[in-house]
Formats: sequence, C-alpha cells, structure tokens
Amino acid sequence: MTVVLSVAASRRETRVLWAMAAVLAAIAIASLGVGRIDIPPGRVMRILLSPWLAPAEPVTPLEWSVVVVVRLPRVVMAVLAGAGLALAGASLQGLFRNPLVGPQVVGVSSGAAFGGTLAILLGWQHLGLVGAAFAFGLSALVLVWLFASVVSRSNILVLVLAGVVVSGFFGALVSLVQFTADSHDKLPVIVFWLLGSFATADVDKVMLLAGPLLPCAAGLLALRWRINILSMGDEDARALGLPVAGLRWLLLALTAMIVSAQVAVSGIVGWVGLVVPHLARMLVGPDHRVLLPASALLGGSFLLLVDDVARSMSASEIPLGILTALIGTPMFAVLLWRTRERRMDG
Amino acid sequence: MAEPLIRAEGAAHSWDGTRWQFRDLDFAVAAGQVTAVLGANGCGKSTLLRVATGLRAPTRGRIAVAGTAALVPQDFSRAFPYRVIDMVLMGRARHIGLLRMPGNSDRKAAMEALAVIGLADKAAERFDALSGGQRQMVLIARAIAAEPAALFLDEPASALDLGNQDRVLRLVRMLADRGLAVVMTTHQPNHALAVADTALLMLPEGAVFGPAGETLTEARVENLYGLPVKILKVQAGDRGFRSVVPLYAAGRQLSARPCCDD
Repeated sequence: MTVVLSVAASRRETRVLWAMAAVLAAIAIASLGVGRIDIPPGRVMRILLSPWLAPAEPVTPLEWSVVVVVRLPRVVMAVLAGAGLALAGASLQGLFRNPLVGPQVVGVSSGAAFGGTLAILLGWQHLGLVGAAFAFGLSALVLVWLFASVVSRSNILVLVLAGVVVSGFFGALVSLVQFTADSHDKLPVIVFWLLGSFATADVDKVMLLAGPLLPCAAGLLALRWRINILSMGDEDARALGLPVAGLRWLLLALTAMIVSAQVAVSGIVGWVGLVVPHLARMLVGPDHRVLLPASALLGGSFLLLVDDVARSMSASEIPLGILTALIGTPMFAVLLWRTRERRMDG
Repeated sequence: MAEPLIRAEGAAHSWDGTRWQFRDLDFAVAAGQVTAVLGANGCGKSTLLRVATGLRAPTRGRIAVAGTAALVPQDFSRAFPYRVIDMVLMGRARHIGLLRMPGNSDRKAAMEALAVIGLADKAAERFDALSGGQRQMVLIARAIAAEPAALFLDEPASALDLGNQDRVLRLVRMLADRGLAVVMTTHQPNHALAVADTALLMLPEGAVFGPAGETLTEARVENLYGLPVKILKVQAGDRGFRSVVPLYAAGRQLSARPCCDD
C-alpha cells in the first residue's frame, strides 16, 4: 500500500517532467517564429519538417533562412545555456547545502568573465576563450570553497561573503583588462560580450557550447542522486559510504565547465542558475533526482522566453544579461524574504 | 561468546598527539549484543564511533568491524526537506554503483527498513515534518537499509521524551536480537541497564568494559559524572529493574515529617 504510495509520487513527478519538456518544445517552436518576420508556430513546424515532409505551400528560401539558418542556432543556444546554468545552479545548491547559492554567488561567473576578457584581449578565440573562461571560473569556485571551509563551512553568510570577495577580485581584474584594452578595437567587443547576448549565435558557437556542456550535463545528471547524499553534510555522506572529496571536486569541475562554456559563447547571463532551481524546487520538491532534470527543462524555457523578449521588445536588442538581472534580482529578494520567514517559524 | 563482529584492540585517539581523548580501549561486541558507551561530555564517545565506522583513523591501536558498519548520527538540521523514503534510500549508497540510481530492489529494502521501525506509513511524508522521535527512528531505518553487520548509534535517545526513549531502546534491543552487533553512546546509565549486555565506561583514569549490570556500580557512576548516585532495585509486579538515581545537589528534599516515611 505504502509502496504504491511512493511509486505514485514518483509517477506524478515523471508527469511534471514530461509536461515541462512539452512546454519547452512549444516555447522553442514559438520562438522560431518570433522576430521581425513573424511566422506562426504551425508554419514553423512545416518549415522544420520540410526536408522530410514537403508542405502543401512550398517553403520559400527566405522562410528557410530565417527559421533554420538564423533563428534555430539562437534558439538551441538559449535552451542549452539556460538548461546548463540551471543545472549547474541546482547542483551547486545541493553541493553547498544551501538553496541561496548560484554560479554568480559563488564566484564562478566572475572568474569565467575574467578568463573570457583576458582571452579577447589576447586575441584567443573559440576553444581558447572557453579554456580561459573555464580555468578562471574553476579557480574562483575553488577559492570560494576553500575560503568558506576554512572560516565556517555551515555559515551561509561566510559563503556569500567569500563569493563577494572573490567576485570583487575578479571584477577588478576584468576592469583592469578593460582599462588596458584598445578602446577602438578590443574594448567594445569585451563590453558587449560581458553584457550577454545570443545575437551572434551560429552553428559554430552552438557546437562550441554543446561540446563541453552536453557531456558535463550528462555527468551531473548521472550523479544527481549522489547530490542528495552530499547535501547531508560531509561526515554523514562519508558514513553512508560516499567518496566525498573526489565526488565534490568532480561536481565542482562539471558545474564550472558548464558555466564557463556558457559565459564564453554568450557572456554573463546572471541569476538564471540561482532563481530557476528555486522555482523547480517549488514545483517538484527537493529530491535532486527530479530537481536536476526539472531545473534544466525550466532553465531552457526561461532563458528562451527572456531571449524572445530581448530581441523583440525594441528595434535594437536589449542585452540578455541586463534582462535576466532585472528579472532575477527581485525574485532573489523575494526568496531571501521567504527564507527569513521560515527561519522565524522554525 | 560467539565470534565478535566488533573488536577494539588498544584503540586510542588524540587530536593533537599529546592529550588523549581515549586510550587503551579493548572491547568486543558479538552479533546479538548491545554495548552501551558511557562517559562525561567531551570524553570522546562520538569520536570513538567515528573511529569505529572508519570516518577517522585511530591514533593508535585499531577497531575492526567484520562486515559493514553503519552509523546513526544525532539528529541535525538539514538543508533540504527530503521525503522519508528518500532519506532511507540514502542508506543504500554502498550497494549502488557510482553512476547508478536506486532501483526497485533498493526501494524495497528501504520500505522494509521503514517497516522494521514501524513507520512504513510515513514513507511519502517530509522528514522534517516528523517528530524528533520519528526522525531518530528514520535515521535508524536508513542505517538498517545499508544491511550492516554492526550498528553504531550516537546518543539515539538523548533528545527524546520518555515514551520515545522507550521506543528507541526497544528498537535497539530488537535489532540486536535480529543478529546485529550494536554499540550506542548514552548519557543515561538507566538506558544502559535497560538494553545493554555490556557497558564501556570511559572513566577519567581509563576505560572499564564488562557486563552492564556488574560494570555499572554506584562508585563508578559517581566517578563518571562527579555526582553521588544510588542504584535501587525497583519491583513492579513480577518484573524487577535496577535504576540509577542521581542525588542532585540542587535536589529538593522531602520534608522530614516523622509520620509518613515508614
């Protein structure tokens, strides 16, 4: 009877995941039609399927170019970036045993930003850019982790302050790079890259993002049940038989790689990794077995919607990072407020 | 005595290499036996459990466990409100490959562990919504789900009311009767007298190990806590108990009215 109960609960969660996947697919189809040339979702489907299933009304070269060549890479990139950031954020929250942690709070975004600006200054592209972003993103994350462990592992304030310290340091380095960069040539590239955008999306960039992101995301998803156990605390996890130290480093490296790859191709897109896992937790509960896939699906939908707004709200595109920050910060404030109330109750 | 599942030989631990938390510990626990570990605050009871379960290395000597050792920690606050069944499933970690998820057999084992503690009907509830006594029981179920040979419990009944203390103690006894070797730390000599076969007293001048009833004498308990005690025999119907009564310095005295006492 109770076995039935717990299986039923997991079936409900499976249904929620399928619903989220369906929503993501619907938003993706709709997004392919959004822009200066509006195309209804039904027509988008026919255009996408036209190589296999010729539609009654033939697909014009313009339609093909708009939907498949221009918009498809951008949509894929937004979905990958949003899913990756949310997945990384949900993993970090479990790993740090704290639901108020995100890639930005623990310094990995600012570290990756420094790596990226440095790469642009030095004229490195593609893998060089990703590599530099990863190296410094992971360094920042490790610094925050060490700082927080030395001072107090359980205190969220110490963790957040460590993030502020490390982010401040790398922020200063970013400014230093901007200061030394050529104001005609390199500086505008750095500034627009930092603001975050999918405007320059193309197949190459999609591959550059998907290459590191997909295997790392698969790794996180494979380890997601272990994150439940890690979130019990180091000693408890060790007592339960987990190789805690090795597993933690592996998870930190995987999340840093995902965030760095995203930063490398589309700049700083803040707050997604913090807020989306929270929303997912409200919908499916705290079990990371369900939470991680739910965060990924929700993150993809979220960033896709934000990008649709970014490219259709005004004639010139609004940088993505600005929008996600404008949406994310008030949400984070509300979440903080709720935590405070819950602590008062307990 | 049957071949012991837990055997400590000259086990010692020190944090800094100069001051010993405990030293020269020798004891053995066989399947079906409960050993109670008693000692003042800070004498190293919890550290002893960590050494026994492999979380810390002993500074000297060794504590060997034949088979899996499972640790039941004291209840502590958790970051995420997992469901009871998901908490118990974590006990299966040793039996599940690193990249694998718990399967049907693991869920079955977890549900059986919940059935043993009598909380199978709480499987789908949130762990942090349970009472303190129930949470302690679920942590015990999580340890059982690991299918251990030896079970180590860190003050399992400390934070509980009398009814829940009794429930946890009965569970501890039952688990030993099912063939586990059980070690529990406690601040309650009465709990040791109630369920333990043997007792390990971590006295300031050295540890004493032996059958619980013989080892727990008034003199030793006084020495252990720095407080005078009386050990009384209590007869309730046809059941007889021994009970340690602390003579608290702050204890309110009964008025010495001549009429009522004899």
